[in-house]
Order: sequence, then structure tokens, then C-alpha cells
Amino acid sequence: MKFLFFSLFFCIQLFAVDRLVVTGSSTIAPVLSDIAKSFEKKNSNYRIDVQTGGSSRGVNDARRELSDIGMVSRKLKPSEKDLQHFTIAKDGISLITHKSNPVATLTEDQVKKIYRAEIKNWKELGGNDASIVVVNKAEGRSTLELFLKYFKLKNSQIKASVVIGDNEQGIKAVAQNPNAIAYVSIGTAEYNQSVGTPIRLLDFKGVKASVENVENGSYPISRELNLVTKEVPDAKKKAFIDYALSKDAISIIREHYFVPVLKK
Amino acid sequence: MFQFSRNDQDRAFAWVHFLNAFFSSLCVALIFVFLLKESISFLKIVNVQQLFSQSWYPLENQFNMLPMFVGSLLLGLLALFLAIPLAFFAAIFHVFYCPSFFKQVFRAIVELYTGIPSVIFGFWGLMNLVPFIAKFKAPGFSLLAGVLILALMIFPIICLSLIESLEIKKKSWQKVASSLAIRKETYLWKVLLPNLKSDFASSSLLALGRAIGETMAVLMVCGNIVQVPKSFFEPLRALTSNIALEMAYADGLHRSSLFFSGMILFLLVGILFFLSHKVVDYADKT
Repeated sequence: MKFLFFSLFFCIQLFAVDRLVVTGSSTIAPVLSDIAKSFEKKNSNYRIDVQTGGSSRGVNDARRELSDIGMVSRKLKPSEKDLQHFTIAKDGISLITHKSNPVATLTEDQVKKIYRAEIKNWKELGGNDASIVVVNKAEGRSTLELFLKYFKLKNSQIKASVVIGDNEQGIKAVAQNPNAIAYVSIGTAEYNQSVGTPIRLLDFKGVKASVENVENGSYPISRELNLVTKEVPDAKKKAFIDYALSKDAISIIREHYFVPVLKK
Repeated sequence: MFQFSRNDQDRAFAWVHFLNAFFSSLCVALIFVFLLKESISFLKIVNVQQLFSQSWYPLENQFNMLPMFVGSLLLGLLALFLAIPLAFFAAIFHVFYCPSFFKQVFRAIVELYTGIPSVIFGFWGLMNLVPFIAKFKAPGFSLLAGVLILALMIFPIICLSLIESLEIKKKSWQKVASSLAIRKETYLWKVLLPNLKSDFASSSLLALGRAIGETMAVLMVCGNIVQVPKSFFEPLRALTSNIALEMAYADGLHRSSLFFSGMILFLLVGILFFLSHKVVDYADKT
């Protein structure tokens, strides 16, 4: 009998918990899980469930109310303006090559030509006499989307040698191939460089690819990391979103090599 | 307590069997229905021109899956071609030539092979095999890398099943062979092997199914360019890798097209297993 009461009590406890389901971009998910953990510690009645699945899923789930909050790692499209959005951080995309590659900077035109296979050898760019291994992302990834949009390319124009999925895979592909070029999110690239992965982040338009330069807005290829909800968030969701925008979250965002957006 | 007569027990037992069999086959049927349901919106909208367009650019409404279909088959068949002799000689070694103290160990090693997760094979391929191939021809991500990894992965499946059948056949025929004073090699090649045809066929097709269904390792070492490779050193994308690469980020028609490619895979593997039964029957008869 005691046991029965105990389990009943336990069940009630479970139901009293405020559950939030957050789905979407795999770029945002790791940092948001950490923010969620820290939030749960301070508000023990919350349980936040963070699932990945891409920005498109973030938008869809939020719209169909399959999730409470969606994560979208890009600016919202005009067709998505019906959703409420909160920019929690920014992220830049950096072109990366192997550390041993002497080419230190590329112009917009050169990047375009490399990805359209009009420049096929590093020699043409002042590098070694070796053919360029072009690493592209799989269709649907937001990094690809941002890359195509920025360089005004269509995916069918790109002649890649390798297609990869996530950022880590791109970094591995470049780290083990001295003649490869790829684009990945700056945060991930800078982190890998700091732990000794042999990669080089290329300067772009005379600006060093770094978290700092994304923060001050001088680095051109960057994107927003957004949280979206269908309606104006109720008190339950608002508490968490506010926390993600608060000072406590900033240090977590920095730990993940993203760039916090300071409230004006 | 309940009291069962012998008959009741049997009946209950039969029901348990029936229900298990029913649900497991129901699952396969449901998967097919699900795939069909998800891909129907794709089949409704897409036209022949889009299906046989230039290549696979789902966000630009070009849905040509043929290169990936060919890629999957190519990877599977070539890997099988490589794995069969490897498995065959390893099995013969184990059953006829292996010193007895090593027998258990050797078998354990082969069994261990089947348990290694495919990401591990993929990761090893990515860090070692791909850079090695790249030394000869860039980018290293290639059909060759995929075939080698897959051959390693399916070789133990064929090997273990051949060991099983060899052990059984060996027992039943060895006495006859030795009483006729036939040499070991003659007995092996002239008596045993011709009787292994159906075992060969069934285990190879099982392995082929596994090779075609393999996703992770292939994704990591093949480079994932949508094209029919013209040489061993060119990258390619398998249908399975395509689903794994794009599903997480796919939406609408793109998503539905991926389910359609899943259905194609389902049918392909289904046809393979159907054929394997036919081949086994045929081999048993001759």
C-alpha cells in the first residue's frame, strides 16, 4: 500500500513538470541543450527536450505545433514571417583548407570559380601544383543554403569532388587531405583549430574569419541562429526563451564558439 | 493455477508461434504501406522529365535517382565479387587446414567481424583507407574505398555460413571418402564443392542484401557525388547514403522523394531475396 501511494505521488510529480519540446537545426541543438541544462538546474520543474532534424523541421514542427519551440539556423524566409522569432546568436561560415596549403585568402570570384570547377588546380591561385578537392554539403543543409545564397550559385552549378553531411565531417575531410577546400561554420572550425586539427580558416574580403569578426559584423558570410514559436510565447515558453537571451546564456553560447547577440 | 491438458498446451504454443510470426511479417507489410503512403505525393506531382533529368538536385526539382541506383548495385556486386573468394578460402582453411588449437580463435575472430558497427568500419576507412587511396589519385573518396570496406563487412557473413555447411557436409561424407581412399584435395574439390552451390548462392545473396542496405560506412568513404563512376577512383553516392544525408534536412517534395527512393531499395532487396530462393532451388535440383 505504501508503495502504491509512493508511486501515485511520483506520477503526480511527473505531471506537474513543465515539459518543453524543442526541435530543429543541428547547429543550434548542442548549444541549446547546454542552455536548457543550466535552465533546468535553476528551475527544477522544467524538463526541456532538445531534438535535431534541421532548420526546415524546426519551422515545420513549430508551425504544426509538434514542438513548442523550433530552432532555425538562418534568417527566416518571407513565407515564414507568420512565426515569432528570437535571435539568440550569430554564426559565420568559413572557408577552410589544410594547414599546409599556402593559399591564405580567396576572393569571392575565386571561390565561385573553384566551386564551379573553372579553377581546378591550386597552382592557378598561387599554391602548389595539385588539383583542388572541392568539398560540398548535402542538399537541405542550412550551411549550403547560406553558401549558395551568398555566392549566388545554384547547387547544380557546383562540381564537387566530395559531398558531406555535418560540419565535423567536413573538417575531417579537409584535415586528412592537403588539397581540399570546404566551408563549415566558423565556431566549429575555430574550435577544431584550437585543439590542433590541421586546418586553416581563410580570410575573406580582407577580413579574418573569426568569431570576433562575426560578432562585430565585419565578416560578411554569417547567419542568425533563431528560436521560433507559432504564437506569441506563453509564460512557460517565455521563461526559457528569455533565459536563452540572458547574460547566463551568453557564456554558454561563447563556449560553443557562437556569437551572442547583445540586446539593444 | 491453470491446468492444461497436453492438447491445450500444444494449442497455446501454436498460437504463440502464430502471433509472433504474424506480427513480424505484419511489420514488414506496414513498412511497405508507410513507404508507399509517404512517397505517393511525390509520384503524384513528379513527371517523367524530372525523374530522368540531368541529375539529383531535389531543391531544383530534378529527381534523377538512376545514378544512385546504379551506384548501390555496383557497390554491392563488386564487394560481393571480392568477398566471395576471401570468404571461401577462409572457410576451407578453417574446416580443413586450421590447426585445432587455432580453430576456436579463428572462428571467434570472424564472428567478431560481424559485430563491429559499420561506423567503425567507416571511420577507419575515412582516416586510413581514403588518404591512402588519395596518394595515388585524388580525392580518395571513391568507389574503390567503398568496395573494399563493404567487402570486409560482408566477408564474415558468407564465411560463417560456409563454415556451417562445410562442417555438416564434411561429417556426412568424410567416412565414405576416406574408405574409398580419396585424397583430401580431390575430395574437397570434386565431391564437396559441387554440393555447396546452394549454400554459396544463399549466403552470397544475403550478403549482397546487407551490402546494398549498408549506409554509414558507404556514406563516409564514397564521397557522395551523384554520378555513375567511370573508374574505381571516382566518387559515387548510394541510395541509402542519400537518404541518410538528406532526410534530416528534407522537406515537402524533397522528403517525399527520399521515401520513394527508400521504396525502390525495399523492392530491390525484396527482388534479390526472391531471386535467392529461386537460385537455391535451382542449385539444389542440379
